[in-house]
Amino acid sequence: MAEVTLRIFRGDQKGGQHVDYKVPLVPGMVVLDAVHSVQGHQAPDLAVRWNCKAGKCGSCSAEVNGKPRLMCKTRMDALPTDRPIIVSPMKSFPLIKDLATDVSWNYKVNKMIPPFQPRPGVEWKMDQRDVDRVQEFRKCIECFLCQDVCHVLREHGKMDEFGGPRFFVRSASLEMHPLDGASRTRLLREKLGIGYCNITKCCTEVCPEEIHITDNAIIPLKERVVDQFYDPLTMLVRKIRGASTP
Amino acid sequence: MADSDAAGIPRGFGKTEREDAWWIENLPFIIVLGAFAIYTTWRAFEGKFYWTDPYLSPFYSPLIDPEHHWWPFSPAILILGGPLGFRLTCYYYRKAYYRAFLLDPPSCAVGEGRKHYHGETSFPFILQNVHRYFFYIAVIFVAFLWYDAIRAFFFPQGFGVGVGTLVMLLNIVLLSIYTFSCHSLRHLAGGKLDCFSCSTFGPVRHTAWRGITRLNENHMFWAWASMISVGLTDLYIRLVACGAIKDIRLL
Amino acid sequence: MTSKFETHELDVLIIGAGGAGLRAAIEALAQGVRVGVVCKSLLGKAHTVMAEGGLAAAMANVDKADDWRTHFRDTMRGGKFVNNWRMAQLHAQEAPDRVRELEQWGALFDRTENGDILQRAFGGHTYKRLCHVGDRTGLEMIRTLQDRGVAMGFDVYMECTITRLIKDGDRISGAFGYWRESGRFVVFKAKAVVIATGGIGKSWKITSNSWECTGDGMALAYEAGAELMDMEFVQFHPTGMVWPPGVQGLLVTEAVRGEGGILRNKNGERFMEKYDPKRMELSTRDVVARSIYTEVREGRGTPHGGAFLDISHQPAEYVKRKLPSMYHQFKELADVDITKGPMEVGPTCHYMMGGIRVDAETGQSSVPGLFAAGEAAAGLHGANRLGGNSLSDLVVFGRRAGLAAGQYAAKAAHGSVNNAEIDDAERSMLAAFERPQGEDPYQIHRDLQDVMHNLVGIFRNEEDLKRALVELEKLKERAQRMHVDGSRMYNPGWHLSRDLQCMLTVSEACTHAALARKESRGAHSRLDFPKTEDAWGKKNHVIVKKGTAMAVFEVPVRELPDDLKQILAEEK
Repeated sequence: MAEVTLRIFRGDQKGGQHVDYKVPLVPGMVVLDAVHSVQGHQAPDLAVRWNCKAGKCGSCSAEVNGKPRLMCKTRMDALPTDRPIIVSPMKSFPLIKDLATDVSWNYKVNKMIPPFQPRPGVEWKMDQRDVDRVQEFRKCIECFLCQDVCHVLREHGKMDEFGGPRFFVRSASLEMHPLDGASRTRLLREKLGIGYCNITKCCTEVCPEEIHITDNAIIPLKERVVDQFYDPLTMLVRKIRGASTP
Repeated sequence: MADSDAAGIPRGFGKTEREDAWWIENLPFIIVLGAFAIYTTWRAFEGKFYWTDPYLSPFYSPLIDPEHHWWPFSPAILILGGPLGFRLTCYYYRKAYYRAFLLDPPSCAVGEGRKHYHGETSFPFILQNVHRYFFYIAVIFVAFLWYDAIRAFFFPQGFGVGVGTLVMLLNIVLLSIYTFSCHSLRHLAGGKLDCFSCSTFGPVRHTAWRGITRLNENHMFWAWASMISVGLTDLYIRLVACGAIKDIRLL
Repeated sequence: MTSKFETHELDVLIIGAGGAGLRAAIEALAQGVRVGVVCKSLLGKAHTVMAEGGLAAAMANVDKADDWRTHFRDTMRGGKFVNNWRMAQLHAQEAPDRVRELEQWGALFDRTENGDILQRAFGGHTYKRLCHVGDRTGLEMIRTLQDRGVAMGFDVYMECTITRLIKDGDRISGAFGYWRESGRFVVFKAKAVVIATGGIGKSWKITSNSWECTGDGMALAYEAGAELMDMEFVQFHPTGMVWPPGVQGLLVTEAVRGEGGILRNKNGERFMEKYDPKRMELSTRDVVARSIYTEVREGRGTPHGGAFLDISHQPAEYVKRKLPSMYHQFKELADVDITKGPMEVGPTCHYMMGGIRVDAETGQSSVPGLFAAGEAAAGLHGANRLGGNSLSDLVVFGRRAGLAAGQYAAKAAHGSVNNAEIDDAERSMLAAFERPQGEDPYQIHRDLQDVMHNLVGIFRNEEDLKRALVELEKLKERAQRMHVDGSRMYNPGWHLSRDLQCMLTVSEACTHAALARKESRGAHSRLDFPKTEDAWGKKNHVIVKKGTAMAVFEVPVRELPDDLKQILAEEK
């Protein structure tokens, strides 16, 4: 039976290195299968997160040959199996052990976003046209690969000033909800630091749910921020309107 | 493994575990945009060979003070700021030049090795927020270029079609699609609404938004196509104007 | 009170952060008590996200004739009348309100032309009843509940496993567990505990369930003296993937058949004509699963031992729009384009109808202060669950359990937590590290899966079940000698060694109950007793811990009141 070498990062905050494991190649195998094979037969304490194994829960995020991916959706036969396959933890988050990282920062950011607030007196009817746009954002499985690849977090470590693509997607899903009445533009500009995003689109490239994060969430939100804070015309119009309807 | 910290994380410029040739994707941009920038600068300062009846180079349209009554330099310099600003602040170009020229990031999951980063929160990049105003200006240019393209059917001898006519027509079509697939327009036309079905003119604006969205999905393609076409259109007119080639009349 | 461990004091502790756990937490919070949610994974990753088809609620948005009575009748008929009728009634009556509530918390269901929630057809449901979001309804539900709970301010203890419930006399006083990340122990003092830990599928070789579904809650409750009921009723979903090996068992949503998918054997015969000519592919899950299994066993299976499920007669665009994740799942994992050719599918262990025996109104078990909801609780689904009834189960009974637990906790005082018991819980967790060598938990797990798959599968008989009990005894002994390597820090081998104990307990309970029910009913099929017997339809099996052994006894199914009898008698 054909074999493939997996070069998996083993270690924790104290240090570590990549370790080679040979795994029998099975038809249709994905990287997560191979990691499980290592865990079940060679390294029982190999830490890895996973749940559904079907690309629906977003648990098994890692970096395969340097690219942020869901291991359950990365086919072995799509990788060069004549060389070792490098499997590393996500780099933007503090390492816990092996392939598991501490993603708790994401949950903290999430708490800052005001939840859905229906406009007073809404009738609970919605048009599919309005729902379509938001449903794209609701596909997000919170794998945090977009957060991992985003250079603002990964390279510049702006965890304190920047929310990251995932939370622009969540903000967009609320801002564009047809029945929502709250505004999150000030939060986006100030606390979530949307200005740090320089729309270089890596988040969109790695999204396993194929959400058009940059074009459909971030840029429209940037435009909404412009409406409120940078465009003198819309600001003036709002002032006049605000004065006439207190 | 390359240089890494305690947890095996490669750091520093160009550091990555990626095995593919990630730097290749920046090359076309560096070459083509670089060439375009050099060519445009040279042509803008050249100040001649921009007009051969009935063709006017897009770099010089609208033509202002060609006789140098009050403006001693090339007339292109007066107007190029408009289209240039539109492209410089364009959401697609931003992505491309941040990656290719500022290496911020050089590619996805590739190290930058740079300490300070302000993104678009401080000068000069905070000015990107005025993109919509450059869009308004770009619309004026599009109008002029349509006028020029139509004028290109009217030769001194009367109505006709030359290769230059078709070149100018194709150019303005591409420029129009690029301009009207703009992210800012997509927002202004309908994207800013939260509820299409419950806003005034909501359904109409939804249709507009859908249409622009469809064009916008290929904004990158239109950006490239229109940039190349505008350069080639100018080159064609210059070559005809300086007599290097002859425009072929088709009709 | 012990000071040795990190301790958290709560009013209500919810174990499990799937649909039922989160809904319970929200309702308990609304009672003004302090609520904590413990989950083995990260928040939002619970198995509920795998639910695809929809949430059954008689809202009558599409089929105007639908009402709770019809939903009640469908549920009872699907469950072969051993359901807890009161649960089936409450479920059918309250599901529409729970759906509207989700919408008011931000969920975005697919819409009808007039802007209402769209509903689709599913097996066993008389009308179009499943509120859905494409084929990712579970994700929408969990995200909505998660956001709601976070906004209300519950405490979430992620990646934490509870290994023991602690009692003060008869009643619950807390729970002991460990952080998966650090391996450190933690004690929760709580007045009430709600178990919402989901299913037990990981005991079987071919399953649609994730690693979390190891029957923790049922085993914890059983150890704490609560009763388990209906443990013989394990649902095998008819359509799991069979190829490639890595995805064996992965769910293929019933919505494929709902949208017109046809089942064929290797000879191209539409075999459901033989087994259920009236309902064909949209027969109940137990019938379809047995039919596929029978075809395979009689030599008419596909190359990889399944049946062909074909939706390619539908327009490609329609398939991609209605079943986007199925399209991608097969394309990416099996190199099959379902718009062009058939899928290969076979039965996969999917859902546990049985579980902790609870009071219909409150979800309280026989142990004061211990509540259960969702898949971990028994009663609603009887002998077979209808598709779509699980998501509605989670929100209807999650809310009820949370409400009752919150009210209970508001009145109760904290019980005491016995230090000796905590020390014992700690010792039993550390034992596997202390043995210099011994059995490998991964190997025991694989062997357990083989036993359950081969001997307690879709078709059962006395000989197999008795052999299974013998094998389970051996596995339990081996489990006493387990050894784990490495440190306590994020050590999956160690985690498995603990989950395995739960799996062994629930596997044994299933086998005992299956052996005791000498008939075939719903998901429980006995080759040696193929008929459904009226006498058995009046009995449920209850399992309880007696000393160290498992005791099985029969309890009568509660008699229906006349008005409900009337509803069941109506023909539709």
